Amino acid sequence: MEENSVIFDSGLTASKKYKKRSQISEIWHNFKKNKGAVLGLIVLAIIIVTSLIANFVIDYDTKIIRQVVSERLQGPSTKHFFGTDQYGRDIFLRILYGARYSLAIGFLSVMVSLAIGGVLGIIAGYVGGVVENIIMRLCDVFSSIPSLLLAICISTAFGASTLVLMFSVGIVSVPAFARVARAAVMTVVDSEYIEAARAAGATKMRIMFTHILPNSLAPIIVQVTMRVGSAITTASSLSFLGLGVPTPAPEWGGMLSESRAFIRDYSYMTMFPGIAIVITVLSINLIGDGLRDAMDPKLKR
Amino acid sequence: MSRYVIKRLLLLIPIMLAVSFIVYFIIDFAPGDVVDIIAGNEMSEQHKQIMREEMGLNDPLPFRYLRYMAGLLRGDLGISYVTNKDVFDVYMMRLPATLQLATACTVVALLIAIPLGINAAVHQNSWIDSCSTVLGLLGISIPIFWLGLMMILVFSLNLGWFPSIGNDSPLSIVLPAVTVGVGQAALIMRTTRSSMLEVIRQDYLRTARAKGASEKAVIRKHAFKNALIPILTVIGTQYGAALGGAVVTETVFAWPGVGRLMVDSINNRDTQMVTGAIILTTMLSSVVILLIDLAYAFVDPRIKARYMKRGDNLGRK
Amino acid sequence: MNDKNLVLNIENLVVHYETEYGTVKAVNGIDLKLEKKRSIGLVGETGAGKTTTALAILRLIPDPPGVIKSGLIMLDGESILKKNTKELEEIRGKDVSMIFQDPMTALNPVFTVGEQIAESILLHEDVSKSEANERAKEMLELAGIPGHRANDYPHQFSGGMKQRVVIAIALACHTKLLIADEPTTALDVTIQAQVLELMNNLKEKYQTSLLMITHDLGIVAEICDEVAVMYAGRIVEKGTLTDVFNKTKHPYTEGLFNSLPNINDRKAKLKPIPGLMPDPTNLPIGCSFSTRCTYATDICREKKPNPRWINDTHMVECFAYDDPAFHIMRREK
Repeated sequence: MEENSVIFDSGLTASKKYKKRSQISEIWHNFKKNKGAVLGLIVLAIIIVTSLIANFVIDYDTKIIRQVVSERLQGPSTKHFFGTDQYGRDIFLRILYGARYSLAIGFLSVMVSLAIGGVLGIIAGYVGGVVENIIMRLCDVFSSIPSLLLAICISTAFGASTLVLMFSVGIVSVPAFARVARAAVMTVVDSEYIEAARAAGATKMRIMFTHILPNSLAPIIVQVTMRVGSAITTASSLSFLGLGVPTPAPEWGGMLSESRAFIRDYSYMTMFPGIAIVITVLSINLIGDGLRDAMDPKLKR
Repeated sequence: MSRYVIKRLLLLIPIMLAVSFIVYFIIDFAPGDVVDIIAGNEMSEQHKQIMREEMGLNDPLPFRYLRYMAGLLRGDLGISYVTNKDVFDVYMMRLPATLQLATACTVVALLIAIPLGINAAVHQNSWIDSCSTVLGLLGISIPIFWLGLMMILVFSLNLGWFPSIGNDSPLSIVLPAVTVGVGQAALIMRTTRSSMLEVIRQDYLRTARAKGASEKAVIRKHAFKNALIPILTVIGTQYGAALGGAVVTETVFAWPGVGRLMVDSINNRDTQMVTGAIILTTMLSSVVILLIDLAYAFVDPRIKARYMKRGDNLGRK
Repeated sequence: MNDKNLVLNIENLVVHYETEYGTVKAVNGIDLKLEKKRSIGLVGETGAGKTTTALAILRLIPDPPGVIKSGLIMLDGESILKKNTKELEEIRGKDVSMIFQDPMTALNPVFTVGEQIAESILLHEDVSKSEANERAKEMLELAGIPGHRANDYPHQFSGGMKQRVVIAIALACHTKLLIADEPTTALDVTIQAQVLELMNNLKEKYQTSLLMITHDLGIVAEICDEVAVMYAGRIVEKGTLTDVFNKTKHPYTEGLFNSLPNINDRKAKLKPIPGLMPDPTNLPIGCSFSTRCTYATDICREKKPNPRWINDTHMVECFAYDDPAFHIMRREK
């Protein structure tokens, strides 16, 4: 029998010199290499922590909403880091508090998109046929309406509130998620390695979990991270137009809307909330970009 | 190929009908209606009801919608409740301003994005690439309305170089165009970069180099043309978005375009105007997308072949 | 060998790839000489360093991570390693051409095949566009494709025809040296024969020298005058066809021949070479083949063998031949 057996020796043992990592730690390793992504992660963590403790540390009624006419329209100082607005409210505190709205709306609206769009997409990809056609045509219709207009329509119809805002921003992204989910399901289900797994005797469950799921997840995760950032900007745009979170809530877009009237002489009112939005969305986008690069095996250098 | 075009245009019709359906119902659902807006607080409720009767607003919703649909199929978009002018005419009056803006933005965006994107891809992982990536991410992280406000602050109020509102002078278009163009540039640049990266790995570039082609020719001629398709897609969707989403820019800069028209109509519950305007805008962006799809055929012969082969394969998934 | 008569002269070429997982020692000191109008087959398994050698001749090794650490590459008397970019661009496609393994991806999908052939001509010769197009059509005909198809796009051709186009591009400027890297591996066997025949004919017509990279000994037998066997970045045996095929000396070469099923002896068991090629980031201290060689002795594992010339043309790197009585099992024919 000796002559028939093939001996695998030195070739394999030599290549074990560098460690093999699990998939997740491989992704993390790649992610860490991206300095921008790591920076984004740190900044986002700070913002999240701030938004969580803001409620406990800053008293809503006294600091955020209460109007102190004697202190109105003061520029940045040691007492009020970012100055005060036209009602005497401390802008710095309002911005810190406002993080909650942006983050909540950003993440929750994307969850809405993912839930609705993801399910629709998976159904479309898996079931196929007439169902797939209907779902895809519906997606086409919804995505041909310019997204901001659609969000404006929905917000107008159901009234301006945080909940409606989440929903309308979420609905706008549903077609994109449906398409990504459907494409992911379709490519994976048809792949040769699925056939190979079946040929090797894997059960349907095993195929689903070890093959289909991990490979469909990557584009979906990438979409999620991309969309959170744009959800936040869309939400603040809507608030800017008066269709979002109602005043006096310290939502950044709403703050910018109010600051317009004072832009000439009190420009700080316009600068700071905008910078807050940019920093938040930028860190999310850096993370998303880093995640995408880390997860794409083709880009391994 | 004309069969393909005709098929695409015909497909627009059911889409427009569906869009009109969705929009009409959503707006109608909104609390209050146009009579409330026009009449204001002074008019009595009875008087308002009389107005509603006259305008046919008290009829049940399906009935109203069918009436609307009937008009639509005749090509008649109805009359704006607020201004009493023909919806189509009002829209067409405001359209040129929006088209100007959308075109100017796209030009600005292309001038910035394509060279940056190509450079970033060719020098992948260098500092040029990292800078461009960060700039690109920054571009999509900045809300348009805030950028607009900042631009007004710096270039208009402080430096006085450009006007901040309206479109009276030829310089008026600069600030709005740059504001939106920068945001668009970010996305186009990212797409250019990733598309070029895909192409740069291809074997046929190696063939070109083995022929003795210079690196510049390899990138500009051989690689770029192949990378063009996703870039064209993004340009198309961006242009379409600029047409409809210019709402915010037009608000900030008081630009008399179609976007502002639509928001005002929504606020006025002018159902006819809104539906009509959204339908027209959607049609316009769909036409833009169709033009882009046709452009594909000029760039990639395989796509051209697909269009010619069977009219039922519309090339989109 | 008369140096003036050499179209290609490689001496002591060393090429490494510096990666984050270690230095890949792809080519570890090879000598290769090819006379004008002759053809040589460069044989070896995947990973032996054949493609790297070819890319080095054209200076197309991606840098980073590839580095030509040392050596000499003379193309028709001129040192390739001393040329600057512009000079290299003039040489590529004109004095030396290369065709690659996969015809399906070698052509640019958005240009017609005529344009792609004409580009080669326009890059190196001072002719008008229409003249280049005419000559492109002629090349296409020579390659066995009707001239009017010059306006067609690559996707309209089959794999075999694409490879013909690739050959037409490579020979459009009557190059002195054609390097073919496994040109028929991706093709059906029948098409393979056609493409080889085409290469042979054009080679004769233009008096082009050929460096044929392949793992298929049959192809070498058909089209080459000489053979060089490569293993782990070194040439372990080289010589004329007769030398290497009939008077095989190196155990690895013997292993390659043994791996071929023998149609005359259907009952014999297949005899693969045991083991795998060594990890190029971690080559053995001694002879790279010692880990798999049935004849290996202690000295093989400790030191690297030097080239030993059996006769004017036949070279082998193997300590076993220090013993004049030694011979491998594969007998002389």
